[in-house]
Amino acid sequence: MVYPTGRKYTKEHEWIQTSGSTGVIGITDYAQESLGDIVFVELPKVGTELAAGKTFGTVESVKAVSDLYAPASGTVIEVNAELATSPEKVNKDPHGAWMVKIALKNPKELDALMSAADYEKFVAEEAGH
Amino acid sequence: MKRMTRKATRHVNQNEGLIFEKSSAGKAAWKLPPLDVPEVDTAALLGGVERKDLGNMPEVSEIEIIRHFTRLSTWNYAIDLGMYPLGSCTMKYNPRVNEAVARVEGIANGHPYQPERISQGALLILKTLSECLLEITGMDAITLQPAAGAHGEMTGLLMVRAYHQSQGNARKKILIPDSAHGTNPATAAMVNYAVENLKSDSRGMVDIGALEAQMNKDVAALMLTNPNTLGIFEQNIHKIADILHAKGGLLYMDGANMNALVGKVRPGDFGVDVMHLNLHKTFSTPHGGGGPGSGPVAIKKALEPFLPRPVVVTKTDGTLGFDYDRPQSVGRVRAFYGNFGMFVRALAYIQANGPDGLRQTTEDAVLNANYIRKGLEGTYHLPYSTPTMHEVVFSDKLQAKKGVRTMDIAKRLIDYGFHPYTTAFPLIVPGALMIEPTESESKEEMDLFIEAMRSIAEEVEEDPQTVLDAPHSTRVSRLDETAAARKPVLRWKPTA
Ligand SMILES: Cc1ncc(COP(=O)(O)O)c(C=O)c1O
Repeated sequence: MVYPTGRKYTKEHEWIQTSGSTGVIGITDYAQESLGDIVFVELPKVGTELAAGKTFGTVESVKAVSDLYAPASGTVIEVNAELATSPEKVNKDPHGAWMVKIALKNPKELDALMSAADYEKFVAEEAGH
Repeated sequence: MKRMTRKATRHVNQNEGLIFEKSSAGKAAWKLPPLDVPEVDTAALLGGVERKDLGNMPEVSEIEIIRHFTRLSTWNYAIDLGMYPLGSCTMKYNPRVNEAVARVEGIANGHPYQPERISQGALLILKTLSECLLEITGMDAITLQPAAGAHGEMTGLLMVRAYHQSQGNARKKILIPDSAHGTNPATAAMVNYAVENLKSDSRGMVDIGALEAQMNKDVAALMLTNPNTLGIFEQNIHKIADILHAKGGLLYMDGANMNALVGKVRPGDFGVDVMHLNLHKTFSTPHGGGGPGSGPVAIKKALEPFLPRPVVVTKTDGTLGFDYDRPQSVGRVRAFYGNFGMFVRALAYIQANGPDGLRQTTEDAVLNANYIRKGLEGTYHLPYSTPTMHEVVFSDKLQAKKGVRTMDIAKRLIDYGFHPYTTAFPLIVPGALMIEPTESESKEEMDLFIEAMRSIAEEVEEDPQTVLDAPHSTRVSRLDETAAARKPVLRWKPTA
């Protein structure tokens, strides 16, 4: 499993990539692998305020419904509408199939998240549990 | 199928399509006598809203209907055919004595609109069942209205909210352990509470430190399943109750697993304030398509004013009746008085067993689950080594090395003549195999199950593809669950 560098990762298995004051959010390969085939993705509307660590949507797989946790606070400026009709994109290309773009409120929050290398170590431990 | 099994074998049964496909115009399964009352002019009565075209109603003969459903019934798996080890669901045998009692004429033909005066027997059934359930749970008062476990949870939390409101603060949050059944957080959300997740410790129990840290005056209640979904008894239950009560919170117990406790310990004695029971699990009424369910909610005295109305009472003249005059009630939660037919069956079960019989049931359920645990330990990975009660949760960790997951093993189990166990739940065990035999199973049936599970584990080592492609002996092989969820076909349409 290779996690792209230049992104930050959460313990709840989301990734966030920033450019300027915009953050792009999705879920990791480990997340999609443990969820199994994803059949539905529920995302917030443009304009919604996300709070770091709080839920902002859900992913439903054939096994379970799981919450999505915001890696950082901010306002939703764009939603990946494609996932409404093609949720399988999250399984096929988790690090490409972004979910929401947000205008970051406090970019410093990202310092608390994991790097790709740290995240890889984190999932290795979790999978070994 | 490579391996032979002692339990299942192939057997010819009939193909059968949809009943719509059998239809041809003009066929009917009924014949009415000539009209002997004045005909009603429906068009004049209903004007433009009269419906003439009934759409696609199947037109078939009586024997076609009978054969249709009889053929379908031979494709079924049921508790009357064999072990149904679906963990968390308590798929126990539905004793025939329950059915005999439910068919007694006065009971079967009773109607909820009968006046109280001629419903005294039915009211006595409600009262006696209530008393039995209160004795078993050690609680103070009960409503029988809710129609399922989840409905009971909702009714219970409505009472929790009403109680806190009466104390001047409805509070904001419900704490729920990460091992909980999905209905718990769903219920809290329905009742407009925020859900806060509570982590389990390495033994699979509530982490007392985490509970202490998360408990405050915003928390309305903790929803706890005991024994929890890992089959583990929460040994710190008294302490948990104290932590909640010290800050004014309530302890809600999901009693879906009461099958492990009846006749041994009483939730009312270990600090529970509100709990629901699943009559369709613990008290042997049918479920899983045979329902309906029933989820009575038992409470402590402090919550009594909030019970759904009406409540059965003994009137001054000694007869039984319904009390509707309950101003603080959360209201009615179900038409009439709940699923009455289930009360009859549950009471029959309780009275046929008696106190010692019920205690024996509990002991046998726990013994059976531990027999299976011993039989499969080592063959399947046991993520929590804490002693378990009425069910046992393994994981697919050993088999996953060969690419075989819990769902594949479950599908292969069908070839061996068993209903699958519960897969992928509880969520804190990745790749869970959750097995609950209940007290109904004999040692012989469980030995067949253990043998089947061991045989599948061997197949995983020698020939994983057989397991990955299972089931092989059913009328349809592996179904595409993903396609069914992504592109569901919910309606039959005639081919033009
Ligand atoms: C632990 C637990 N709680 C609640 C429920 C919900 O009960 P019901 O299906 O009757 O709504 C279940 C059902 O499986 C359960 O196992």
